[in-house]
Amino acid sequence: MIRTGIIGLGKMGISHCAILGAHPDVNLVSVCDSSALVITGFKKYSRFECFSDYKKMIDSMNLEAVVIATPTKFHGEMVMYALNKNIHVFCEKPFLLNPNEGKLLSDLAKKQNLVNQVGYHNRFIGTFYELKNLLRLNVIGELYHFLGESYGPVVLKEKNPTWRTEKGQGGGCLYDYASHTIDLINFLLAKPVEVAGTQLKSIFSKDVEDAVYSTLILETGLTGQLSVNWSDETYRKMTTQITLLGKGGKIISDATELKIFLKQENENLGLTKGWTIKNITTLTQNVNFYLRGEEYSSQIDHFINAIKTKSTTTSSFDSATITDEVITLLMKDISSN
Amino acid sequence: MERIIFGDNQFFGVNHSSDEKSRAQAIKFKDNQSILNVLDIAIEEGIYTFMCTTHDRMADICQTIRSDKKYENYKIYPCMPYAHKYANAVTELGVMGSIKQYLPGNIFTTVAKGGLAFMQRDFISLMKLLVDAEMKMFKGIDTPVIFLQNVVTDLLLGLGITDFLVAFHQYVREKYKAEAGFITMNLPMLLNSLESKGIENPTICTSINKIGFRMSGGRQLYEKVIEERRCKLIAMQVFAAGSIAPKEALEYVCNFRGIDSILFGASSRSNIKNSKELIDTFSRKTDNIYSKL
Repeated sequence: MIRTGIIGLGKMGISHCAILGAHPDVNLVSVCDSSALVITGFKKYSRFECFSDYKKMIDSMNLEAVVIATPTKFHGEMVMYALNKNIHVFCEKPFLLNPNEGKLLSDLAKKQNLVNQVGYHNRFIGTFYELKNLLRLNVIGELYHFLGESYGPVVLKEKNPTWRTEKGQGGGCLYDYASHTIDLINFLLAKPVEVAGTQLKSIFSKDVEDAVYSTLILETGLTGQLSVNWSDETYRKMTTQITLLGKGGKIISDATELKIFLKQENENLGLTKGWTIKNITTLTQNVNFYLRGEEYSSQIDHFINAIKTKSTTTSSFDSATITDEVITLLMKDISSN
Repeated sequence: MERIIFGDNQFFGVNHSSDEKSRAQAIKFKDNQSILNVLDIAIEEGIYTFMCTTHDRMADICQTIRSDKKYENYKIYPCMPYAHKYANAVTELGVMGSIKQYLPGNIFTTVAKGGLAFMQRDFISLMKLLVDAEMKMFKGIDTPVIFLQNVVTDLLLGLGITDFLVAFHQYVREKYKAEAGFITMNLPMLLNSLESKGIENPTICTSINKIGFRMSGGRQLYEKVIEERRCKLIAMQVFAAGSIAPKEALEYVCNFRGIDSILFGASSRSNIKNSKELIDTFSRKTDNIYSKL
């Protein structure tokens, strides 16, 4: 049983808390949050030790692992503190506001032999995972274009700001939504190294953008588009979709469906000429505890398993830093426009 | 509970196997009348119970159900809360902002007098206020079972905060003279947890299908629990979002005596009729086998 604590009990932190609380290999012993209301509730109703100061929690609870789910601007110091105390770290996305810090923390984690992971859960969705396998097998031949999209209904009218809608806190559609899309592009295709023609549009928010549109150039030379909007109420919840165009066909994938169009039959993979549709129902593995989606449990399983087997994770500080770098590139592109 | 319960996912653009289909459904059921038309078809085919989320649009539909005589014996099983409404609100407004938005104004003002202190003393009272806020739209409609959505049931289950589940169970019984139901994706764990808190034979709605989709811990474990008949069980996601052919899917769930009801949603008369007939046929078969034993 891995002694674990959580810092930050917002939407993601509480969700992680339930998943860790039900995990057979985890002994979730403590939680920490700055909100008196939340901590009072946990003190009264839960079995966990409650803290409002994360350093006190880390110093006193003899933790092996910690999950950090606070606003992004706090990640750096918290991750650093935990790593220095020899604790494995799972940190929510986006990782850091300053990508230079990412390299430092990644090096520190490696030096200390500590497992490090960032919560990019799309990497654990069956359809995207299968898509990665198909790309490895070069199923649609040489790629010539991609489109990464995320849409959802978060900010639908002008309202009072919270940290998610304030500048410089890791809020805004770029940090909150586009980070997922960028990470998925990096996971499936390659690292984006240049951006062009970036548009950050404020639709309803005063201080941050509600939509991000840009062209990404990957280190392989492949180019494609990023289109992200969190003020689109035609989507019931956040929806991320990747479209890939290759000389041998086309693939469209979201979290529920993988649609493959091949110009020629692929006998080895049992894929016919034309369209083949694969659904998440057959591409997903059962988890021991389900909350909101298999991927949230799977990413925690992956983290815990990496601690048990002393292995590396698929969504490390290194890969999350690439996403942070791309976010910085997009912001620079805007200021130079 | 009725053997067949009509579901609402198709009306509100929920489809677990295709985001594209879910958008198409959202377009198809843009008007409330188009939803009522399908409910009418289900009634004509002999399905008198509708299990639905406390979606904003349900308030208008309830208005018609209350006022039209043809729905006199109609039953609704409300499922609360409509999670995305709150999740999006929390992202946008924060926890306190969301509470402000969704608690009825005057009640919140009353609560606000005690302010934080009130809520810190009594989260369970807050839960009761939220239940009342969600139940408002069903006033005057027969709601014999009131469900807690899986995202809340499973969240509390994972957190180990089962006092709220017990409190919900009691409150629904006292205030609404109804049975509390729990929707879950974690049947074995939930049942053990409820029993340990003294809730015997609870009403549970959970994914049960031949391919084991969304059956946490695996199909075998579920089948063992179903056979033990420790709860009143409603099977949902029986088609695993369309991955199993209707006949095969319904034969599988109808074979279990431990499954009391089957929940399914459909948009066309042919699908509703077909599923209803298959359930009736397979259920009779199972009854016959067991009556001979």
